[in-house]
Amino acid sequence: MADSLSRRRRWTNRIMLTLTGVASVLILVPLTLILSYLMTAGSGAINIDFFTQLPAPVGEEGGGMVNALVGTLFLVLLAGALGLPIAVGAGIYLAEARKSPFANLVRFIADVMNGIPSIVTGIFVWAWIVLWMGRFSLLAGSVALAVMLIPMVTRTTEEMVRLVPRELREGGIALGFTRWRTTLGIVIPAARGGILTGILVALARISGETAPLLFTAFGNPFMEWRLNEPISALPLLIYQYAISPYDEWHRLAWAAALVLIALVLVISLLTRFLIKDPHRER
Amino acid sequence: MNAELQPSTMAPHRPSRSPGAEAEASALPPARELESAVEATDFSFWYGSNQALDSISLTVPARKVTALIGPSGCGKSTFLRSINRMNDLIPGIRHEGDITLHGDSVYRNDRDVVQLRKSVGMVFQKSNPFPKSIYQNVAYGPKVNRLVRGRAEMDELVERSLRRAALWDEVKDRLDSSALGLSGGQQQRLCIARALAVSPEVILMDEPASALDPVATQKIEELIYELKHEYTILIVTHNMQQAARVSDYTAFFYMGRLIEMGRTQQLFTNPHEEQTEAYITGRFG
Ligand SMILES: Nc1ncnc2c1ncn2[C@@H]1O[C@H](COP(=O)(O)OP(=O)(O)OP(=O)(O)O)[C@@H](O)[C@H]1O
Ligand SMILES: [Mg+2]
Repeated sequence: MADSLSRRRRWTNRIMLTLTGVASVLILVPLTLILSYLMTAGSGAINIDFFTQLPAPVGEEGGGMVNALVGTLFLVLLAGALGLPIAVGAGIYLAEARKSPFANLVRFIADVMNGIPSIVTGIFVWAWIVLWMGRFSLLAGSVALAVMLIPMVTRTTEEMVRLVPRELREGGIALGFTRWRTTLGIVIPAARGGILTGILVALARISGETAPLLFTAFGNPFMEWRLNEPISALPLLIYQYAISPYDEWHRLAWAAALVLIALVLVISLLTRFLIKDPHRER
Repeated sequence: MNAELQPSTMAPHRPSRSPGAEAEASALPPARELESAVEATDFSFWYGSNQALDSISLTVPARKVTALIGPSGCGKSTFLRSINRMNDLIPGIRHEGDITLHGDSVYRNDRDVVQLRKSVGMVFQKSNPFPKSIYQNVAYGPKVNRLVRGRAEMDELVERSLRRAALWDEVKDRLDSSALGLSGGQQQRLCIARALAVSPEVILMDEPASALDPVATQKIEELIYELKHEYTILIVTHNMQQAARVSDYTAFFYMGRLIEMGRTQQLFTNPHEEQTEAYITGRFG
């Protein structure tokens, strides 16, 4: 009896291990497929020009995407500047206020915002900002990306702050610190690594977004960084080039996709290395 | 059920008491006759509709060690946290009666809670050093509370606090490394140093050694014995031997009530109440 039971346990264990093993291999398949395909299709078009030249006119060989690289950089940085203070602040508030009705409302709104399709965000920002300004612009594109960023970072920040053990907070309170001092001086530093990870993951996410930029940043064949001018971005360029009829543009689209993926990978790796909290090791 | 009560887990040591300590202990007067640091009068406490403390009246003598013992859930932590008003953080709480610190009500309306918590330090069951360096852990309280001026004075305060917590020699060469790299016992002593750095009068300890091995526990106990010359110490413990070793007075709580308080020696050898005797001999709890 006991023997058959333990044999059954062993088998269950083996089967489950195999299944989870297979699942983790399967998860690698799309990533490797995408990466290897991008490498073969895109790496041919990657050279110095790609990073330093503006796109060549239709029919001409060569050219690059420096405007899109700069555009993506500006869009993401500005979106971060606009969205992160709000998002981190709201996340800390949610973690502190927990069950207050207002906190529940904010949490609900953040979750709804997280679920809004990005194309809808783009249309809304178009209706508010593009129509109001009368033009597509870097500002409008950044606002659209910030609107996506805020709920993501709000929720991850809240989760990370909540993970800080209650004892740590009580340690501050027991020393006579005010609540905000305890939060800012002890709880947030303890959650810093997690908050930063959430921020970087969200930045990586929005740096690849296309839909919210279609009616906001719009794209621009020239170098641009002014707030009130349309601006190019890597995902926009990929989209435009991919649906074009020209083979040369298709090659460039693959190259841009490769660069975009590399960018996201670099950010993910940065997350790993940057966030070696010196006070976490044991 | 009651691992702490099994003789096999008794730590075989005693704090190294000075000669004559035994005589001193038996000569202790009843707690009421001493200068009191903390005094509870008919203090009752509720979490929502759940009453955790029922009319506690208790005198904690100054510069002595008072132990709180009793079965799990009897309200020891609640009482301790009522003294420095840590329970204020919990929604839906309510109290009746009063607790005073040197005759001054802890609960009066215009009481400065921040000031109160500076004079009543607290050490927790689970050591909770801040995720900062060892130095910063001790210095952060005095810095925030603006107790010292300048780096030199701060250095001196940090060293003094660490020395008093019997930790200085172990950490003096690594003050700038993370506090989380210390052992559990060292972390707990660091938390004691952190509490000492803001110059409290009373130190509340909620099972400070329950997560520590016997050697680290002994260090904490010796430390408590040293500290009582300057500080009033109130310690919650599940470990009967520990209460007997470190405390001058012991209070026995049961189901939210104070059953008995007396000199530790008397309470353990000759308790007045049947429930106390049943508990300390391990017949229930
Ligand atoms: N935050 C809280 N909310 C509601 N009830 C609580 C809370 N904290 C404690 N209680 C209740 O109050 C009573 C006393 O709890 P308390 O923590 O003071 O007991 P204790 O003597 O410290 O127990 P232990 O020895 O297990 O630490 C228990 O019935 C407990 O369930
Ligand atoms: Mg307790």
